[in-house]
Amino acid sequence: MFTLALHAARKTPADIIAENFSLLALALLSFGAVIFLFFLLASRTSVKTQEWLKYLVFLVPSILLLVVGLIYPAIRTLILAFMDKEAETFVGFDNFVWAFTIPEITVVLANTAIWVVTAPILSTVIGLAIAYMTDRMKRPAAIKSLIFMPMAISFVGAGIIWKFVYNYQPNDNKPDIGLLSAIFKGLGLTPPNWLLEAPLNSFLLIVVMIWIQTGFAMVVLSAALKNIPDEVVEAAMLDGAAPWKRFYLVSVPMIRATIVVVLTTITIGTLKVFDIVRTMTGGNFQTNVIANEMYSQAFRQMNFGQGSALAIILFVAIIPIIIYNIRQLRLERTER
Amino acid sequence: MSTLRRRVVALGATAVAATLVMAGCASTETVTEETTATGSDACAAYEAYMGNEGTEVEIYTTIIDPEASLFIESFAEFEDCTGITINWNGTQEFEAQISVRVEGGTAPDIAIFPQPGLLAKFAGNGLVPANDATSASVDENYTADWKTYGTVDGVFYGSPLGANVKSFVWYSPKTFADKGWTIPTTWDELLALSDTVAAEGSVQPWCVGFGSGDATGWVGTDWMEDLMLRFQDAATYDQWVSGELPFNDPKVAEVLAEAGKILKNPAYVGDVASIATTTFQEGGAGLVDGSCAMHRQASFIGGILAADFGATIVSPEDTTTEGGITTFYFPGVSADNKPALGGGEFIGIFADRPEVHAVQHYLTTPEWNNKKAALGGWFSANLGLDTANVADPVNKVAVEILQNASTFRFDGSDVMPAEVGAGSFWKEMTAWVAEDKSDKAVLDAIYASWPY
Repeated sequence: MFTLALHAARKTPADIIAENFSLLALALLSFGAVIFLFFLLASRTSVKTQEWLKYLVFLVPSILLLVVGLIYPAIRTLILAFMDKEAETFVGFDNFVWAFTIPEITVVLANTAIWVVTAPILSTVIGLAIAYMTDRMKRPAAIKSLIFMPMAISFVGAGIIWKFVYNYQPNDNKPDIGLLSAIFKGLGLTPPNWLLEAPLNSFLLIVVMIWIQTGFAMVVLSAALKNIPDEVVEAAMLDGAAPWKRFYLVSVPMIRATIVVVLTTITIGTLKVFDIVRTMTGGNFQTNVIANEMYSQAFRQMNFGQGSALAIILFVAIIPIIIYNIRQLRLERTER
Repeated sequence: MSTLRRRVVALGATAVAATLVMAGCASTETVTEETTATGSDACAAYEAYMGNEGTEVEIYTTIIDPEASLFIESFAEFEDCTGITINWNGTQEFEAQISVRVEGGTAPDIAIFPQPGLLAKFAGNGLVPANDATSASVDENYTADWKTYGTVDGVFYGSPLGANVKSFVWYSPKTFADKGWTIPTTWDELLALSDTVAAEGSVQPWCVGFGSGDATGWVGTDWMEDLMLRFQDAATYDQWVSGELPFNDPKVAEVLAEAGKILKNPAYVGDVASIATTTFQEGGAGLVDGSCAMHRQASFIGGILAADFGATIVSPEDTTTEGGITTFYFPGVSADNKPALGGGEFIGIFADRPEVHAVQHYLTTPEWNNKKAALGGWFSANLGLDTANVADPVNKVAVEILQNASTFRFDGSDVMPAEVGAGSFWKEMTAWVAEDKSDKAVLDAIYASWPY
């Protein structure tokens, strides 16, 4: 006992780091050894076996991961959607009937619709505007990285940041840390309790989504704009097209496919938005959306049947957009 | 170089250890007579648990360090005298793992259940009923409510361990003394005091915050539960929790209306809607910065206010410390109506061995409860617990509340079906303040969500 304690006490941070790194190195080495051994054995087999091994090695791990991580959960969710809350008895379409009859559902569907309409369009429009404006700039890097940076922040982190921006202090004697409230007070106006006023609060949450997604739209669209051949733009200039006309008659049509891909990608992201709502309002104050309700049902209230039914509804809603997205991606590829 | 040095040190240490061991042997030999002499004195109290020398008992629990080491310390004398070794096995995975262990045939000897509902699941499924000695000790040392919580289908399994109390109103004794306000002993006095504070005008009578991330609204459910126990009897409370009493029953409506007298009164709480966007921590912080006079919250808020907002927890008699805060009992309808809302842990045993029964019995005795409480930061509902052994002023008030409680009930929303207890009840209480939803609409919505 005594010696053991002495040893534990003598471990310095450097020792621990060294120990962890040697473990890591050992793990990498043994992984490399296994791979090497595998290739060594494979090289000794016949050409025909090698052909088969090739498929095996490249396909099996990814198929396994897909089955375990995607296909099995998807099937399980589908089955659960037709079961009761304990996942024991089959209840038919009860969960779907429930989903469309609960009183909150109107709020949830209306909010989801508002999100899907506003967030992708505004992010794409703003992203396109910035991409176009910075296209001919000498050094766009600084501006672009500032706009792209929110992409690196998780939705939960962004939610917390913006919660501070929207903070409301009812007590006049206490310091107000809300940026938006401060601006309002500076203008001599009385700020409302931002996150409480429906439908304003839903739009304030959407602002967070736009803040994150604009960077993505900008980067992708800016790359597409760069791909427009200079001859086309020059020809338009020679024809005397004004800058505004050059933008919407030449540039936009030429990157149409990319715009659609960006729009649909953000739409899919918006449909499943959950983190922002959960962090900022918890779905209270009429801001609930379908993905948040799905989480609450499944993991808060342990109604796996009803949660799964909502997940299936969300999935079905996303399918057409995904199909459209894929077709546009293909179209874009063939254009080049 | 360093390896070499370490080896040398290790060698040296081993040598030292060996010497120590030898020294230890030597010293036991020399003072044997002395220890047995004093030992028999100290060990006399453990007569009932004798005859189990050399046995081991595992306690499986959610309680981990730093609390765990205080438990282990409190057992030391018991272990020395009885020869029973208690192995403390604390894990935060307890609630998930206990089922796995019981079904896998490796059930622990003793499990400390953080709530009675979990214990009840194992009745008839591995749990061994408490023996007569434990049962008699619980009869003697706890109020009947505690025994009822550990009883499933008429069989007594779970003996109570620690406790916590929610029926607290936090306040500043200095402010109260300076202003000449007195501690209310009835609900009407509490409302009258709120009026006095509001009329005086220097501070807001109450601070309330319902905000708690995705659990926003639980503070409101605690208010409802506390008032339900006060305006209705315990039997009605049980019916309400189990769903026998419809959530939109007039009896529940009466209680919500009473809660509204404080929570929906702008003269008491300021802007009612912003209760929903104020976190429960900020709500309590209003007391520390002097912007309000009272705050209803469980004992744990004291730790948060002390750690994050610089509060000083004082005893109710201390009327001089600037910024000191403490608690009084959230009063009942009349001065002799003293229900308490709270929670507690229960001990269930899975092995029918004498040493296991001995440990369960020992943990229900006033001797152990006093010993454990004296180590600090802990209390129980044991009637033999001397408040002199409870150092923390708030825990002292809690013990007094528990020992004088006419009824004791667990937090109802924890026991209700999750659709309500972790769903509509929170949400609707939030909408009740945030959107000024009417009492009737709130209760009807919760009633509609109850899975009958």
